[in-house]
Amino acid sequence: MSDPAVLVVGSGPAGLTAARELAVAGVRPVLVVDREVEAGGVPRHCDHTGFGLQDLRRSLSGPAYARHLVRRAVGDGVAIRLSTTVTCVGDDGAATLVGPGGIEVVHPRAVLLATGARERPRSARLVPGDRPAGVFTTGQLQQWVLLRQLPVGRRAVVVGAEHVAYSAVLTLRHAGVATVAMVTELPRHQTVGAFALATRVGLRVPLRTSSRVAGLHGHGRLEAVDVEDLLTGAVERVAADTVVFTGDWIPDHELARRCGLTVERATLGPRTDRWGRTSRPGLLAVGNLVHPGETAGRAALGGRDAGRWLGADLSSGATQVAARGLPVTVARPLASVVPSVADPGDPPRRLLLRTAEFTGRRLVVARQGGRELGRHGLRHSVPNRSLGVPGAILRGADPDGGTVELSLA
Amino acid sequence: MVEVDVAVVGAGVVGCAVARHLAIDGASVALLDRAADVGDGTSKANTGVLHTGFDTEPGSLESRLVARGHGLLTDYAAAAGIAVERTGALLVAWDDEQEAALPALLAKADANGYASARLLDAAEVRSCEPHLGPGARSGLSVPDEWVIDPWSVTLAFATEAVGAGARLLLATPVEKIVSGDGGHELELPDCVVRAQWLVNAAGLGADRIDALLGHHDFTVTPRRGQLLVFDKLARRLLCRILLPVPTARTKGVLVSPTTWGNVLLGPTAEDLEDRTDTASTTGGIEGLLRAGRRVLPALVDEEVTAVYAGLRSATEHRDYQVRLDAGQRYVSVGGIRSTGLTSSLAVAEHVAGLLDGAGAGWSGPAVSSAPPVMPPLGESQVRPLQDPDRIASDPAYGTPLCHCEQVSRGEVRDACHGALAAADLGGVRRRTRAMNGRCQGFYCGAEVVALVADETGSDPGSLTRVPR
Ligand SMILES: Cc1cc2nc3c(=O)[nH]c(=O)nc-3n(C[C@H](O)[C@H](O)[C@H](O)COP(=O)(O)OP(=O)(O)OC[C@H]3O[C@@H](n4cnc5c(N)ncnc54)[C@H](O)[C@@H]3O)c2cc1C
Ligand SMILES: Cc1cc2nc3c(=O)[nH]c(=O)nc-3n(C[C@H](O)[C@H](O)[C@H](O)COP(=O)(O)OP(=O)(O)OC[C@H]3O[C@@H](n4cnc5c(N)ncnc54)[C@H](O)[C@@H]3O)c2cc1C
Repeated sequence: MSDPAVLVVGSGPAGLTAARELAVAGVRPVLVVDREVEAGGVPRHCDHTGFGLQDLRRSLSGPAYARHLVRRAVGDGVAIRLSTTVTCVGDDGAATLVGPGGIEVVHPRAVLLATGARERPRSARLVPGDRPAGVFTTGQLQQWVLLRQLPVGRRAVVVGAEHVAYSAVLTLRHAGVATVAMVTELPRHQTVGAFALATRVGLRVPLRTSSRVAGLHGHGRLEAVDVEDLLTGAVERVAADTVVFTGDWIPDHELARRCGLTVERATLGPRTDRWGRTSRPGLLAVGNLVHPGETAGRAALGGRDAGRWLGADLSSGATQVAARGLPVTVARPLASVVPSVADPGDPPRRLLLRTAEFTGRRLVVARQGGRELGRHGLRHSVPNRSLGVPGAILRGADPDGGTVELSLA
Repeated sequence: MVEVDVAVVGAGVVGCAVARHLAIDGASVALLDRAADVGDGTSKANTGVLHTGFDTEPGSLESRLVARGHGLLTDYAAAAGIAVERTGALLVAWDDEQEAALPALLAKADANGYASARLLDAAEVRSCEPHLGPGARSGLSVPDEWVIDPWSVTLAFATEAVGAGARLLLATPVEKIVSGDGGHELELPDCVVRAQWLVNAAGLGADRIDALLGHHDFTVTPRRGQLLVFDKLARRLLCRILLPVPTARTKGVLVSPTTWGNVLLGPTAEDLEDRTDTASTTGGIEGLLRAGRRVLPALVDEEVTAVYAGLRSATEHRDYQVRLDAGQRYVSVGGIRSTGLTSSLAVAEHVAGLLDGAGAGWSGPAVSSAPPVMPPLGESQVRPLQDPDRIASDPAYGTPLCHCEQVSRGEVRDACHGALAAADLGGVRRRTRAMNGRCQGFYCGAEVVALVADETGSDPGSLTRVPR
């Protein structure tokens, strides 16, 4: 085929939305490439409702949401190529595509990375013990049950207590598996109160807070999980044939790192500004690659912004700049901020913060050097959920004044 | 009843090498293992280093067989298309005691007939490996310590053995042997194998087979080695295998590239009682991370892709325990502790020599045989997804399945067929690398299981051992 004007890597909500914005802006051709056999990204296998609230202002099931985004992008002129991996983006922007049709090198004017995020598996969490079958992440479990109808087991332990952990409980239930315990290292669950209550009372799933999975047992198949109470040190062996490791997101950042993009320590995603511009001109990054663990709607909105900027930029003769602005950092208990580069003259609509601890009502304060730039009141903060702070809080920053730090007062 | 010239008990790398050698020599061979796949014991869980033997005990059988095995296996790997990376190794001294030990190690290398080792000063060490942690004093370079793909080695030997006529009997525990003038009768769950000669290559079970024959020459003590496999993004942090300097107090752990493009940190050395305890432990993992942080600080910032453990068959003796009992027509190959991958072909040659010396004759003529062509699993090789001709010949080789390890559907399909077809998901992993990557199945787990179930006609529930 002829070279695409823009190559979008990944057909999840972020990639599809960005591609569609580009097409609407008149950019042609826009090619979205995905290594899976079907387009749509992770929502394809999230069979519950609640998708689309932020970007479409209505609630769809994951698969319906994915189908909608695909149809809309294709309808607006986006080309999608599946079962195709982008293995490399060279210094000159040439991208290598590998698929059943062979190996092809294309030369787009810009590349947009939307490769998503995954949950850390058992090994990356360094959970010791035997290596039996029956060990899942939620993403794997969902595909197992919803896309492939494979048998799971009987009794499960779910590790984590953020939204996705509750979604794992529902998928297990759908597959006929009883969840015998949810385990979180934190002192409380991190989801909406109603979900937590319905799961604990309605489904009778006990939640073990301040606890961790300290070991797995079983030759061949999982037989038991050691659950350690972090406050007392007591270890209980819980019989289970299935364990699901949920959350603990990490961006699928291999391609981004191999392209030499600067990566943030806090998120392990590429450093970006509000338009998804990275440390390398001509290479943008959006979605959960940048902010692992956010909702699909948030990923889609990031894709939309990047698509709009890039569409305008290419139409105006392609300036192709890198992320511009001041570095933005956080102080504990805040854990991360996205975007991590912001122009005080053109700040992001909002900054997404994550915290490491539960806190009550607090103020977020922005400072540059010793100087306070602004503050914003927060209701309460919960780990593994994001807090939105208006980007206008950065307005007073001196463009030459260096890093802006956000902290809780 | 199966009648053969030789029964080989144990289809690890050593048993497979022996079976291959004897089958090519013209023996009718039965190769037996209790596991459902070849190489499912210690041979699947090692560090994949092709050793020179520079630090073995001079004059020992191990010294001789490792040195010889290095050359034999290098040639074999080249012929079979098994990945070898000629990385070289660097022993790094971090304190006075270790620094003082280097000259003696150099002398030991000499005594082992290895002449290419060389002492390096701090500046040379640093320029070789710029990511080393602070405080490296000096080093010893051993340019011929390389890394090899260990899984393909065992599979290639077994494939060639079967091609030369050996019968492979898997899922076959050997628990009873009746030996007499007529040879050895192995009473197995489904059949009886009668063999003129018996070779015991049972690894961790070698002393038990020995005892069935009335020998009590050694006792196996499993010595566990836990290992951490780091993400491929860590591979840029080192060029060579970074070996510890062995001292009186500690053996230390190594940091090594793998042919699959990862970085290994390990192994621990823990003497156990339980011959099946391949679990990792909190203490083991923490100790490895501590050691790794010193050697290569940036390593521990990368993600861990896998944690595993292997059990070395240590005995009360320091050397390999290879013994012939000519009267009993029996060879025991025990205590092949931590170098058996490297020495395997030389051990096989040695065993064949012992049998020949004892007057063993084979029922058939020597067979002409060539190493099989193994799937290219190494990062240094051209993988199917990188090979336009391969993809043109069959688009399944261009259809990505396991994204982290860049495995195509065609490769997983192939692993399910043929004389050495994978019997389970572990077998698929060792033949293709599928699901061995950083996501551990987040993206491809369900697809791989569905495809393997389809190709092998097995039930997905039994593949993943779902309790009924
Ligand atoms: C188990 C689970 C449950 C969830 N539940 C909800 C929920 O209820 N509500 C909600 O709003 N959000 C939910 N989320 C989050 C939501 O799925 C994500 O926010 C969203 O999918 C992120 O979109 P994305 O486009 O950034 O990435 P993804 O959807 O992950 O898409 C990335 C795509 O990139 C492709 N790709 C990656 N690398 C390459 C490459 N090199 N070449 C070609 N293609 C590549 C992948 O195949 C994938 O299709 C859930 C996530 C998970 C994992
Ligand atoms: C952590 C670790 C790191 C290592 N690193 C290296 C390295 O870098 N380089 C190197 O060269 N070597 C290395 N080694 C050593 C090497 O892996 C071993 O020496 C080698 O695998 C031994 O092979 P084997 O065939 O003797 O034993 P095994 O692979 O254990 O094979 C023995 C087989 O016998 C079978 N068996 C036992 N009893 C019975 C029975 N009664 N009936 C039927 N079958 C039976 C078992 O199922 C098993 O498959 C390492 C070892 C470990 C543990």
